[in-house]
Amino acid sequence: MSVGSNIAMNSERRRHKRLKYLIEAIAMVFGLVLLVWSMLPVYNMVLIALSDHGAVFSGNIYPHDPNLNSFVIILHQGFWYLEHFWHQFGNSIFIGAMTSFLTLAIATMTSFTVSRLKLRHGWLLSNAALMTYVIPASFLAIPFYRIMSIYGLGNNPWSVIAAMVTFATPYAIFIFQHYGKSIPMELDESARIDGATPVQIYFKIYLPLMSPALVAVGTYALLLAWNEYLYQFMLLSTPDSMTVSVALAQFLNSDESPWNYMMATAIVYALPPIAIYYASRRYMAAGLTMGGVKG
Amino acid sequence: MSTTQQALGSKAPGSFIHRTERLWQSRMHVLHGGMPLSDYAWAIAFAIPYVCLFLAFVIYPICYGFFLGGDPALYAELATDPHYVTAMINTIIYVGIGVNVKMAIAFLLSGFFMRKSWWTKGLLVLYILPWAMPALPAFMSMHWMLNGQWGFLNSVLYEWFHIEGPYYLNDRTLGMTSNICAYIWKNMPFWTVIFLAGRMAIPTELYEAAAIDGASKLRIFRHITVPLMAQLYLVSTLLSTVFSLGDFNAVFFVSGGGPAMSTEVLATIGIRYAFDIGDPRLGVAAVLTSLPLLIPLVVLLMHMLRKQEVQL
Repeated sequence: MSVGSNIAMNSERRRHKRLKYLIEAIAMVFGLVLLVWSMLPVYNMVLIALSDHGAVFSGNIYPHDPNLNSFVIILHQGFWYLEHFWHQFGNSIFIGAMTSFLTLAIATMTSFTVSRLKLRHGWLLSNAALMTYVIPASFLAIPFYRIMSIYGLGNNPWSVIAAMVTFATPYAIFIFQHYGKSIPMELDESARIDGATPVQIYFKIYLPLMSPALVAVGTYALLLAWNEYLYQFMLLSTPDSMTVSVALAQFLNSDESPWNYMMATAIVYALPPIAIYYASRRYMAAGLTMGGVKG
Repeated sequence: MSTTQQALGSKAPGSFIHRTERLWQSRMHVLHGGMPLSDYAWAIAFAIPYVCLFLAFVIYPICYGFFLGGDPALYAELATDPHYVTAMINTIIYVGIGVNVKMAIAFLLSGFFMRKSWWTKGLLVLYILPWAMPALPAFMSMHWMLNGQWGFLNSVLYEWFHIEGPYYLNDRTLGMTSNICAYIWKNMPFWTVIFLAGRMAIPTELYEAAAIDGASKLRIFRHITVPLMAQLYLVSTLLSTVFSLGDFNAVFFVSGGGPAMSTEVLATIGIRYAFDIGDPRLGVAAVLTSLPLLIPLVVLLMHMLRKQEVQL
């Protein structure tokens, strides 16, 4: 090999390396832009929550004298919009937990009878679920409100739970039917030969084997109920029946807008779902790639 | 034991009991799709909760909605209401731009997040935060961030560049832009993750083979990634269109529909008619006018979601 070609190869390699660094640098700049875009509203929220009431109206872009006073106020319920805060926090937990439980119960029963017991015309149920899935929930809000007063469930947490379960079950059924395909039918058949009833198969075979999907869908339903606003705002009207999301939006009604308390409340409200989401991300991702999607 | 008793009592082939059982079973077969009676009863029992839920909370509200919005006079009233016409136009802009921009960027970003470096993995975790957090706090924060006088955005513009920023939420165009940006901010991470999963499902052998054949990155993208992702992209876009049609939170909390109801969309104006003006019939009618757009979408989506059992 001649010296000349060796040098040419070296410079070629160097150029290639330089190009790689350049691309990496461009990607990093792009990543930084993306980071700023994603974090901007979150930063704004934290900035205001750590400020005093006066500092909110000063146009600061860095926290001056950051303090946790707003969070202490929330802890002691020391503002008139926050008088029932922890009770409302409990309401949100109750509604979320019930939604999660009922969604799992109803959706597993439905997917069990359609895909394991092979219920005749079971596809009608799947289609009903699919149709509910693609109807925007907010479009049903007004008739739903009227119907809840017909059912005598005005200002009752169960009306919200009913609404949340209605909008969570379709996705749940969708996921369960897909996930259930990975469980061999032979298991059911051999259990059947050993004399197991459908109920026993449901509890002892179907539910245990579905547990990863149950975790994903249970979390999904919990977060759906916790994060929802419109239905909770419509259906719950008194301070002691409200959930956190409704209480939070109430701040916007007042003219003096204590934005620091409001943003602190927003952070306290946002932390549990964020924690749950990141903790169960693995399961959620598995569920998502397996089944469908829901915004 | 006599032969008769044996014939009656045993289930030997050809015995009386055997024959009646066979007959009974074949009857049941016809009736219940091959299941013995008790199993059929169980199958029905398992279906009852969802059937009740569906009838009570989906079918009944839908029928009630048609009953509420059934009066043709309501639609004449809507047609003459300038707020409604604005909202209709806004909805088309909001959905058309919001969904398509979001999907296109999410698709490209999913390629970006395929990079195997430590910092893209870290970035992905933070990038998902908008999706992981509830909509309400984020949109409220944006509402204040966009405040013309005290908002963070204009403070930054003033401190760093000495520019007096505009009053974003006092202007229809800027207000709509803010709403659309908020919508994209909230929903883009989710679809990026969906597309990322879709890209990861493409066998690497395809890329390796193309690289060996000397195909350029652009050609690989054009001839492998795009065709294999097309179906997922289409279904996702349609689904997202339907969801964004019903999106209430972004508009309600970021611009609040203002100034002077000029940035309302169908989902918010319906609620506005029903609860602020106290005319639920008009509200339902406004929502029902989305049906010519919604029904074809729903039919198409149901067909696609059912037929191909999407791997989303």
